[in-house]
Order: sequence, then C-alpha cells, then structure tokens
Amino acid sequence: MSYFVDENGYYGQFGGAYIPEMLYPNVEELRQKYLTIMYEPSFQIEFQNLLKEFVGRPTPLYFAKRLSEKYNTKIYLKREDLCHTGAHKVNNTIGQILMAKRLKKNRIIAETGAGQHGVATATVCALMGLECIVYMGEIDIARQAPNVARMKMLGATVVPALSGSRTLKDATNEAIRDWINNPVDTHYIIGSVVGPHPYPDMVARFQSVISEEIKLQLKEKEGTENPDYVIACVGGGSNAAGAFYHYLDEENVKLIAVEAAGLGIDSGESAATSVLGKEGIIHGSKTLLMQTKDGQITEPYSISAGLDYPGVGPLHAHLCESKRAEFMAVTDDEAMQAGLELCKLEGIIPAIESSHALAVFEKKKFKKDDVVVLNLSGRGDKDLDTYINYFKL
Amino acid sequence: MNRINKKLQEDKKLLSIYFTAGFPQLSDTISIIEDLEKSGVDMIEIGLPFSDPLADGPTIQASSTTALKNGMTTKVLFEQLKDIRKTVSIPLIIMGYFNPIMQYGIEAFCKKCTEIGIDGLIIPDLPVKEYTENYKIIFEKYGLVNVFLITPQTSNDRIKFIDEISEGFIYMVSSASVTGTKNIFGDSQNSYFERIASMNLKAPQIIGFGISNAETFQQATKFAKGAIIGSAFINHLNRNGTKLIDKFIAEIR
Ligand SMILES: Cc1ncc(COP(=O)(O)O)c(C=O)c1O
Repeated sequence: MSYFVDENGYYGQFGGAYIPEMLYPNVEELRQKYLTIMYEPSFQIEFQNLLKEFVGRPTPLYFAKRLSEKYNTKIYLKREDLCHTGAHKVNNTIGQILMAKRLKKNRIIAETGAGQHGVATATVCALMGLECIVYMGEIDIARQAPNVARMKMLGATVVPALSGSRTLKDATNEAIRDWINNPVDTHYIIGSVVGPHPYPDMVARFQSVISEEIKLQLKEKEGTENPDYVIACVGGGSNAAGAFYHYLDEENVKLIAVEAAGLGIDSGESAATSVLGKEGIIHGSKTLLMQTKDGQITEPYSISAGLDYPGVGPLHAHLCESKRAEFMAVTDDEAMQAGLELCKLEGIIPAIESSHALAVFEKKKFKKDDVVVLNLSGRGDKDLDTYINYFKL
Repeated sequence: MNRINKKLQEDKKLLSIYFTAGFPQLSDTISIIEDLEKSGVDMIEIGLPFSDPLADGPTIQASSTTALKNGMTTKVLFEQLKDIRKTVSIPLIIMGYFNPIMQYGIEAFCKKCTEIGIDGLIIPDLPVKEYTENYKIIFEKYGLVNVFLITPQTSNDRIKFIDEISEGFIYMVSSASVTGTKNIFGDSQNSYFERIASMNLKAPQIIGFGISNAETFQQATKFAKGAIIGSAFINHLNRNGTKLIDKFIAEIR
C-alpha cells in the first residue's frame, strides 16, 4: 500500500480536486509546476537557507527527562515551538512564498484559525514585500487577539469571515472566494494539508523537513533513525504530515494522530473527524468530513482554534481508513491539563493544539524502553488568554 | 428530446432564473416555480442549498442558510417536486454542490431527478474530468444533461473540449467572480462575450453571474443564447417575498 499521493492526486480513495471551474486555471498551473519548481536547485538553496537563517532550523529534538520519568518511557519533543513565529506553520509559508514568486504572483491570500498560519503568512509576505490578506473567522479573531495584532504589525490585512460558524472552515471558504474573484495575480497559501490536489502533497513536502530532521537527530541520540512511535495533533494535519512523512513507509514506526474531542465525542461539541466524519467533500478535497446525513457540513468545536476544523487532510483520511495511523481523540479538559503539566515538568508552555498530543500519555501506556517522538507543533503565547480563563490564573 | 435541448432550439433569447429551494419559506418552492413559468421564464434552476457554497456570494449564501434553517433537505425537495410536471412544462435544472448529492447517492439522485422530470444538473464543484471518468455513464443512463461552466480564464482549448462534451448549453460565467458581485458589464466582459461568440461553438451559451436587470440581460443576450439571473431574483424575494414575481420578470424583458 502506498501512503503517498498518486498521479491523479489521490491517497487511496481520498483527495482529488473538486473545485469550481473558476479555480481550474490556477490549481492546474500549480499542479503542473509545483514539483518542478520545488526541486529546482535554486529553489532548494533559497528554501533551505531561509529555514536555517530565518526560521532557525533545525529545531531541537529534546529529550524530555522529567516527562519521561513520569510516564516511564522515553519521550523526545520535536521543538517546532521554537520556530520563528512560534509554530511549524512557517515551514510551509516559506516554501509557498517562494513558489508564489516563481509563479509571478504578487498578491497573497490565506486563511487562519489559531492565527499561527496567518502570522506565518504575514511574516513571509513582509519578508518578500508582497501584499497579504488573511481571512479569519470572527470568533477566532476574538479568541486569538495577539495573533491578530501580530498580523497587522506585519502589514497584513485581516478580513473577518462572518459566514457559517465564523471559524476556520468559513475563513477557508472566504479565501477560496477571494481566489475566484482574483484569479490572475493571486496565490492562495493554504495553511494545512487540505484543499484540492496538489495542495495536500505540496504542503506535506514542505513540512516533511520535520521528520527529515527527526531521523538525523534520533540517529545521533539513540543510534537509530526510527522511533517506536511518532505522535502529533491533527487539525487539517500539516504538522502531523510533516512529522510522519519520512516514516510513512516504515511500518515498524507506529503513528498516532490526535484529534480534538472538544467537550467529548458524543457531546455534539467536538472536532474528532475520524470518529464523527464520513467520506465527503470539503474545500475541494474528498476526505473524512463531519456532516449531517443530508451532506451539510457540521460546525465543529474545540477549545483550540487550530483544531477546530470539520475535516482532515486526505492523507490522514487514508492513514485512518488503512489503519496505518492510530487516531485518538482528546477532550478540552484533557488537553488543558496536559499543557499545564508540560509547563510544570519541562518549563515549556505549549500551544493548546500541541497540548492535545501531549494528553496521549495519560490515555495510552508505553513501554519503558519505547522511544516516543512527540511533535510539539507550537508554543502557547497565543493561548495565554485561554489558559488564563481556563485555570483562573 | 430533453426539454432543455428543445428549448434551446426556440428562436428567442432565453431567460433563466435561479432560486434557492426552501427560501424564503420552506413551502415556497412550488409556487415560485409556477409563478416563474406563468411570468414567461424559459428555464429554472432550482438551487439545492448547501452549507458551504464556495462559488456563491453573500446573497445566495444567506438564502441557502435560511433554506437550511427552514428545514430544506434533498429528500424534502424531491418530495415537494414530485408532482411538478402536472403543472409546469419548462425545463427544470437542479443546481447544487456535490457533497449533498454524493451523500444521497449519485445514482439514486439521478434516478429520482428523472422520475420527477428534472432535465439537467449544474454541479459547480464536480470537475469535468471527474464527471467524464466516473459519472457521465450514470447521468446518461437517466437522460440528464450535465451543464459545464466556462469563465474568462478558461483557455480556448479547454472551451473546445467542454463544447465537445456538452449535451445542453454551456454556462458562461460572466466575469471572474462569485455570484452576485458585479452588476455592470464593462469592456472586458464585452470582449470576452465577443471572443466566445466568435468561436462558433456547437453548444449554445447561456451567461450567468452578474445579470441583474434589463440592461445586463440585453448586453449578455446580444452575444449569447440566453442569460441566468440568480442573486438579483433572491434580492427580489428578500424585499417582496413571493409577491410581484411577474413584475420582476416583466421588467427584465
Ligand atoms: C501550534 C499548532 N499546532 C497545530 C495546528 C493544527 O494544524 P495542522 O493539523 O495543520 O498541523 C495549528 C493550527 O493553527 C497550530 O497553530
């Protein structure tokens, strides 16, 4: 079985490009050119150089001693929280801004949930001197205020998405509509491994630097490239795709994808797509999707804006259906406790998205000599308000 | 012959109206269709509402949201339409996004459409390639015409290909936009309309998006076989409810 995209843009039965004709020229141009552009030596040199000098890569693979003692296993944290702008999202935006320049686009649009992708996009637009418009759900604008301010400081225009649930899904709809309205000069920097082919594959390739580094770093620390487990949270699934990428064909490396259960899987307030979803189409991709029997997309819920999405990328739908990855669902409460625990044990304040991945240690028992790599996708600065309200700090 | 093809042979410019089923009230579907036919409309696009209509602007988004809140579903729509052919004879097309249709079951959906007397489908997010490879067989089995879109950005080669596989008309999107945005046509629209007209395509073209009044209807049908009005009609329903439909149509031509 292959876990990589096929020549038609599918992962097993998932993927494709279910887009209105208005988007066809742009998506088709990208499909024809993305691999050639990405693997041109001049692109790779510029990309690698920016990852090193601007983003601060490689990020450490940190042995979390006290956390390991507590759970009686060997835990390494891949420190994506130390990336410039505070999360893994910037790996992708650096790649896509270089892509946009080579496609001769001078106007950039993006959607954002937690604001991390919006900040990462605004950052690379400032770096390259390009116009940047970020769509963000009205609800998320309220719960991620510091990131809204950051985007503005970086020169981006933040446009509130007022339709539907006014969160990430609706911000994505608005960005897609903007692209329909501006088909010539605009590149859409999607923030996760979602959307029509080739986006899921392109974003996964840009994020695959995460597992590329893990392999080298683990070899140095443990004498082997392969851990027993890789754990990552899944909103759309880009940090997980990056952390899993070079292990997809290594069947002895077990993959754990962690979704947001919100108030609980059966509460009606959840974002656990792998449990609650069913094959459907969202944002141009056939994937697992939370929807009504009638095919209307359901409004998800999570305390974490970055996981508050009713679908997952088609790669993850395939990993779930094929059972290549184990999918777990973590509630708001479990995530918040796990986040606080990391602060106390390791001196790291994680993003609430990443806290969902950390909560796995309370729910699943690992062996003493298991090597477990957890992708710490982002830092918690943006979430202080939520932490303050939740813990009454 | 399918009602759409028959209608396309008539020696006149066609006026087609889009409305969202289940809006303003759940039970308005039939009376709106009947009133439109009585007012002289040539063809109707019945919008199957979707929660996330990517190609639509605020007007149709809002009517879709209302329709869904009113309780519109695929099943309810089919139930409402079951006797429509007893009173209405103009071509009826269902316009909807692919996910609700997929969840109903593509074949079951097509079968039901034929039983009711629906003549064609417009599914903006079902791409040409997916359609020809996977669904054409089913549509044909049930005698349904699938309508493809072209835009000002569609290449000439692709337009020719779409023309070849079109069995009814080509839906010509007037400008690079979602529905309900532009309400005047400038030079770039006119040159696009002329360019397409000069291609001598086999399938007649009907222009949609941005047609809102007599002036834009005239402009569009100078070059094309007909024009489709959507958001402007929804706005009329917003203002007047289901009253004065005949007046709205009379003002267009
Ligand atoms: C820190 C962090 N982790 C994870 C995510 C979820 O996205 P993805 O699943 O694409 O990694 C986000 C999204 O905003 C984020 O900011």
